[in-house]
Amino acid sequence: MAEPLLRVEKLVRRFGGIIATDHVSLDVAEGELHAIIGPNGAGKTTLISQLTGHLSPHSGSVLLGGRDITDLPAYRRCALGLARSFQITSLLLDFTAADNVALAAQAHAGTSFRFFANARKERGLRDAAHAALDRVGLAHRADVLVSKLSHGERRQIELAVALASKPKLLLLDEPMAGLGVTESQGMVKLLQELRKEVSIVLVEHDMPAVFALADRISVLVYGRVIASGDPASIRANEDVKRAYLGDQHVVTHHG
Amino acid sequence: MKAFTVSKAVTALLLAGLVLLPLYSQLSGNIFILTLFTRIIILALAAASLNLIMGFGGMMSFGHAAYLGIGGYAVGMLAQEGVGSGFIQFPVALAASAIYALVIGALSLRTRGVYFIMITLAFAQMAYYVASGLARYGGDDGLTIYKRSDFSGLIDLGNRVQFYYLCLACLFGVIFVIWRIVNSRFGLVVQGLRSNEQRMQAIGFPAKRYQLVCFVISGTMCGLAGALLANNTDFVSPAVMYWTRSGDLMVMVILGGMGTLFGPVMGAVVFLLLEEFLSQITEYWALIMGPLLLLIVLFGRGGIMGALGRAGRG
Repeated sequence: MAEPLLRVEKLVRRFGGIIATDHVSLDVAEGELHAIIGPNGAGKTTLISQLTGHLSPHSGSVLLGGRDITDLPAYRRCALGLARSFQITSLLLDFTAADNVALAAQAHAGTSFRFFANARKERGLRDAAHAALDRVGLAHRADVLVSKLSHGERRQIELAVALASKPKLLLLDEPMAGLGVTESQGMVKLLQELRKEVSIVLVEHDMPAVFALADRISVLVYGRVIASGDPASIRANEDVKRAYLGDQHVVTHHG
Repeated sequence: MKAFTVSKAVTALLLAGLVLLPLYSQLSGNIFILTLFTRIIILALAAASLNLIMGFGGMMSFGHAAYLGIGGYAVGMLAQEGVGSGFIQFPVALAASAIYALVIGALSLRTRGVYFIMITLAFAQMAYYVASGLARYGGDDGLTIYKRSDFSGLIDLGNRVQFYYLCLACLFGVIFVIWRIVNSRFGLVVQGLRSNEQRMQAIGFPAKRYQLVCFVISGTMCGLAGALLANNTDFVSPAVMYWTRSGDLMVMVILGGMGTLFGPVMGAVVFLLLEEFLSQITEYWALIMGPLLLLIVLFGRGGIMGALGRAGRG
């Protein structure tokens, strides 16, 4: 069997007495779209933060393409081909859309200790930025300040920024959060396109979107993976149904 | 586009005024104004260097006057020891400032926000007390410089007009360099870090090393201002490093407009002229100056440059 692109082994993260990530193991194969779902407070964002390096686990390991990246800081992981989008939009508000994306391209195109030449006139970076913006359908908004863009547009910029770093693996933390119905549909369509080019880990609440997109789904409840498999088997899984329909039941189980 | 023309016109007017000032001084026989403006230009240079980290980099250093002292003492101490050549004094002043900035920056940049302000302030006060303790170099009383930096006939710092133009050339040079830097790859990263550090880390930029390099560049530039200032006053004392002077520099930057190229120059001119004229009117000039600055900062958000931009828009 081929080495998976991302391998998470027995990851544990505690906050005081609470175990937010409880021995989580999962694999993401090359080209796969792997969705992580779970009720509120299941530890999805905590898990993502450990994958991106914004939070360090207490034990366990994260491997990217066979290389142990558990202790690498966020910026180093990014250089290895791991890009993320934030659940709460996190962009450079006082920069234009094109600048935001071009900076992501710049991070992966040679040194940034260049002090004299005008970076906004570097064709390579500008072209990369426009290509990424075009990909998410925002090329016409390239020169608008991000603070002047709508919420939906900012979600798309998040994606363009992640794409501009030419990642091997895209970690998307609730890309549909706060989007309207049509905007969500647009995002699903976009992700359907992107998954052909890049492996994706998708954390999302929007169930129809998840079941439409995912190759495999892992269900996280109270920090544990209670089920992992293709959409059909997850839909049929009794534990998953209980977790979503009867939280009470699971709570008593945990004691 | 009209907004651009108003602030640009005022800036151009100011710069032309600075270039032509020695001519006016010669014609009118007013030597005082030349001395005053030499000082203003030197402090504008210091403010411009502070603006690089504060306005563009978002690093609120409250200890920037330390470099004025370091640059000044480098000149003063070397002169005292019989090294009068400016070709040695100035490079030493810049190098000493750069090394100080590297050490202070490496320690201070571990912190953020208020802690960064306090720790840069603390280091500057430390420098102040170290200078006060230098008995060989005048201690508390300061050090008189009997001979200005000697550039072997290339330029005579003892000549008021030549010295004025040297300072002005340094100011323009520094602003030119800052202009190139803020539009470069490096400059965009530093400004991105000011805007959203988490995002910049996530796209692959290690924050600290960019901020540290920026901090060192800024400190070195201010060291140049220090070396010029010591030559201007023929004197250097711990007082140039006192925290109130750091505060003055911050006020100049905020007053003129943070994160604009010429804001600090505008701020320095207005601040120091106000100080000069108000102190001639009354002993209690600070009582007028304080509220005045407060009003400008409160109602002219973005400082003078911001206000000019709005005036242009009508």
